Amino acid sequence: MIEIDTLCKSYDGVEVVRDVTLTIQPRTITVIVGTSGSGKTTLLRMINRLVEPTSGTIKLDGEDNRSLPGYELRRRIGYAIQGHGLFPHRTVGQNIATVPSLLGWSKARITARVNELLTLFQLDPAAFAPRFPHELSGGQQQRVGVARALAAEPNVLLMDEPFGALDPIIRAKAQDDLKAIQKHFGTTILLVTHDMEEAIRLADMIAVMDKGCVVQFAPPSEILTKPATDFVATLIGTSDRPFRLMSLAKVGDAVEPGSANGLAIAASMNQRDALAELLWSGRQALPVTAADGRVLGRITLEGLTARAGHSSGHPA
Amino acid sequence: MKLWWSLGLRIIVFGLLLAFLLQPYWFAPLLKPLTQNNAPAIYNQGSLLSLTLSHLQIVLIATVAATVLGVTLAILVTRKFGAEFLALSRSLVNIGQTFPPVAVLALAVPAVGFGEKPTLIALFLYGLLPIFENTLTGLTTLQPSVIEAARGAGMTGWQRLLKVELPLAFPVILGGIRLSMVISLATATIGSTVAAKTLGEVIIAGLLSNNLAFVLQGGLIVAVLAVLIYDSLSALERLMARRMGA
Repeated sequence: MIEIDTLCKSYDGVEVVRDVTLTIQPRTITVIVGTSGSGKTTLLRMINRLVEPTSGTIKLDGEDNRSLPGYELRRRIGYAIQGHGLFPHRTVGQNIATVPSLLGWSKARITARVNELLTLFQLDPAAFAPRFPHELSGGQQQRVGVARALAAEPNVLLMDEPFGALDPIIRAKAQDDLKAIQKHFGTTILLVTHDMEEAIRLADMIAVMDKGCVVQFAPPSEILTKPATDFVATLIGTSDRPFRLMSLAKVGDAVEPGSANGLAIAASMNQRDALAELLWSGRQALPVTAADGRVLGRITLEGLTARAGHSSGHPA
Repeated sequence: MKLWWSLGLRIIVFGLLLAFLLQPYWFAPLLKPLTQNNAPAIYNQGSLLSLTLSHLQIVLIATVAATVLGVTLAILVTRKFGAEFLALSRSLVNIGQTFPPVAVLALAVPAVGFGEKPTLIALFLYGLLPIFENTLTGLTTLQPSVIEAARGAGMTGWQRLLKVELPLAFPVILGGIRLSMVISLATATIGSTVAAKTLGEVIIAGLLSNNLAFVLQGGLIVAVLAVLIYDSLSALERLMARRMGA
């Protein structure tokens, strides 16, 4: 759990973070969204004390983050940044081993951990550990960057625009991988982005920042249906709102009894993709199947559109 | 194929140099036409080999000393606490470079006497600038994201310097050392005017007795040494840089 209490930061009298109070639940993904200059990166960097706050406190699992020297604190917190920041003179294996070797882990334990992480990130340890970062593609470098951040088994992972340098297809894949990895390790992730789409896709909770203040802290569906300020509404974009809301809900929740012809879709797909499939194929209904192939029923164009509006009893 | 050529050429040049230093009289017929009045074609007032070794030794000591001070100074002024000394250090090092080595020799002799000491002082001062400036460039042009990652991983200031900043700046620092060393190799010859044992002795002896063969052999040995050292340090630099994907 991360408790941020009335945190302020000013540079030469200019307040970049104002009175931020947030409580981040353990084992969740919280995304901080804001435009550039909103103070979101500064807020993130105050958690591992790359920036010292002007006033206010941050507690990690009840312990003040100033109770340790800054460098020791940072060894306990994962940190991944845009453009990955891999050490160009060290191999992939050595890069991932950075924090474990600072902590004095045994060689065998470090090797085991490096291999575990590389495998988890779908990089063959034998092929990738001895390579240098410049020999990797952008997507692979990004994965190594996240693997390095997770190497010392931190409870908390801070990510500053980690997917900013990736192309859209690789980015979507990286986001899915991140969710899977978060589930696997149960890490508390705090991620900063300017991209609301990314926030909605990843977050359990979204904190929207504007001019140094957190203007809304809520689950994605609530941000979409009840934006607290005009700024939040602008960030969501009114024309995309129904689709983004649908992207949060699964097909399984919209199943109606009955049958339909044609290619079935999986209940685990999100409703936006199902709607797209219906519109594209020009059909009124599609059969829905469970993971084991059992037909659950169907979804209809009419049923989905009825759910699209925010006044239609969607869980907010 | 091209690699073999260039490597072969270097080995041949090095072999010729070695042969000339060990058996200079083999080459006497080549240099004979440059002499007058039956003067000796090969320097005969001392061993060329020992002069070369002593020349190299002086250059090496001066370069090592300049490297230690230049790199240390550059590290200090790139730390937070030393930033205000940047301008001061820069002007000091610049004075060392603008002051002609001959003038340094003239000033140093009354203070430390004749011999190798004044030469070492002159070479040391003259060699500081390239090493200091290159180290400064190397340390201040590192990728910000890499330094941020090093801080974020929990490295202390020392660990960042030793594990990340210096290794990454190393090719650029090496470039400065290479420059400084080659300048010193040439400049060391004037040390013989104050009785340092360098290859300058051969050149000066040639000038005094109007013997072109002496001047040429002294100059050639220095030139070949400079080319070979420049070449091998450049190769090392490229190797280091390539490993980092630059």
